[in-house]
Amino acid sequence: MKTWVYVDHFKGQVLPASWEAIGAGKTLGTVTALVFGSGVEALAKTAFTYGADEVFLADDPALADYRSEAYASTLSSLAAEHKPDAILFPTTTRCREMAGMVAMDLKTGVMVDVTALELQGDRIVATRPIYAGKLLTKETCSASPQIATLRGRAFPKPAADTGKSGTPTKVAAKVEALTNVEGYATTEGGVSLIDAGVIVSGGRGVSNNPTLTPPGGLDEKQTEIWRAQQGFALVKDLAAVLGAAVGASRAAVDAGYVPYMHQVGQTGKVVSPDLYIACGISGAIQHLAGMRTSKMIVAINKDAEAPIFKVARYGVVGDLYQIIPALTAAFKSKLGK
Amino acid sequence: MKIIVCIKQVPDSAAKVVVEGGKVSWGDAPLVINPWDEYAVEAALQQKEALGGTVTAISIGGESAKEAIKHALAMGADDAILISDPALANLDTQAAAQVLAAAIRKAGGVDMAFFGRQAIDGDSGITPSQTARLLGWPALTLSAVIKVDGGNVRVERAIEEGRQIVTAKLPAVFSLVKDFGEPRYPSFMGIRKASRAEIPAWSLGDLGMVAPATVISWPEVMNPPSREVTCEVIGGGSPQEIAEKLADKILAEKIL
Repeated sequence: MKTWVYVDHFKGQVLPASWEAIGAGKTLGTVTALVFGSGVEALAKTAFTYGADEVFLADDPALADYRSEAYASTLSSLAAEHKPDAILFPTTTRCREMAGMVAMDLKTGVMVDVTALELQGDRIVATRPIYAGKLLTKETCSASPQIATLRGRAFPKPAADTGKSGTPTKVAAKVEALTNVEGYATTEGGVSLIDAGVIVSGGRGVSNNPTLTPPGGLDEKQTEIWRAQQGFALVKDLAAVLGAAVGASRAAVDAGYVPYMHQVGQTGKVVSPDLYIACGISGAIQHLAGMRTSKMIVAINKDAEAPIFKVARYGVVGDLYQIIPALTAAFKSKLGK
Repeated sequence: MKIIVCIKQVPDSAAKVVVEGGKVSWGDAPLVINPWDEYAVEAALQQKEALGGTVTAISIGGESAKEAIKHALAMGADDAILISDPALANLDTQAAAQVLAAAIRKAGGVDMAFFGRQAIDGDSGITPSQTARLLGWPALTLSAVIKVDGGNVRVERAIEEGRQIVTAKLPAVFSLVKDFGEPRYPSFMGIRKASRAEIPAWSLGDLGMVAPATVISWPEVMNPPSREVTCEVIGGGSPQEIAEKLADKILAEKIL
């Protein structure tokens, strides 16, 4: 099967799920990697090392910033000319948008956020979670090309083989767009939840330390948030030692403890790390939906009856204000940090 | 400013959704307005308050979808349209986008078409950009801040790396994230108005189209493999002793 894989990057930094998608594409047939941007020839070279058989490179100053119309049109016109059987994308914000638009251009459909692929004859059967992972479906696309976006960390990342190289095929960019990019504002640094191998999350329970004395002059709500910030500082310390991303429950976000970008769950991010440490999170069904596919879950909670313990491999029933700093110290010494 | 908000009715996010006899069941949980669309309605009402104009909620669905529409009306939407046709069952996103684009065109004079970032049943999140593509309008997806100035708009989009700041001309399609604040509760007056509202229904014939073909099919829906874990509770001792034991257990799993 002639499979194309779009390599998503931000200012030359490739989102790792792109390489995973090349690996997945190789299980279907030959892979042509697509690299779009400005001054991105190095990425095209890297795509060969991850297993691409061929690379199409659209390198144009007008593609310096991702703009959906230009990127989608570049891809659609290439696909109309070369007629691939399948186009795979990593599931990222840019690629959801592009895949959707390209599908409209080519009169086909998208199987979104796929976690497993198999080939039946010339059709891809794609497994994907719906209802935030409460259910799975197996989908097929009756039109051509068959388009899918693949969830990060669902497919193994191929090992880069620096011995492999090739010459990218230069292709023309379509540059018409309906937006202008003024610039970027970074919100908060740290490890991205979606790519994280380890996540440490806090819930309502992190504001629950009666022994702390808040500074004077705060009202009740400010006091609660102040307490939560002390708790989240501990969560962040543990995350730093483990190289982990910081997550939060909806309750913690809604209460104003941390910004929304940290929210894990049905109306937040759906994550699947190797290790998920839930601190002061009771485990509402919406939260479990967002993290239940984590390889190992560890729960720290005062309430032994909390539903989070039903999905946890290890649990500590206790005060997170005592347990988390002790755990941070233990990992610091054991990991030699 | 003429604003349309596209909404979908879905099972409540707290529902225990399972497959029973090959069919998706959410027990006795209510069908509600998709939570992301509630944020979109809130954002639309804020734009109306700032700029003047009207907010119209539209939804594709059967008679039951009127409940989701009424929620939007009770929050403060001015009017609503139900797109209802027996041929519109089990649409995939590209087919839904064709219907919504036709409805937005028929409504006429629309400046802004709002969507929630995704529906919590299908979780695709691509209908907004697909609708924009059909309309030939800018796709300002994942907007966290919207500033309209005459016929121009400036948005901050929430992307993996932070915020992308983008300008475009209206009309445009927007999908919204949570940054506009918690959706307002319907007022008593709003609920009364919504309960009495006549919601016009448009058929495919009204939109001047035949049923768009669905290309994505999902013959199989399954419960995920059950997570067979027995929780080993680490206890007995000081926090330091517990932490030592827990760290050793985690390190022994060789996942770090």
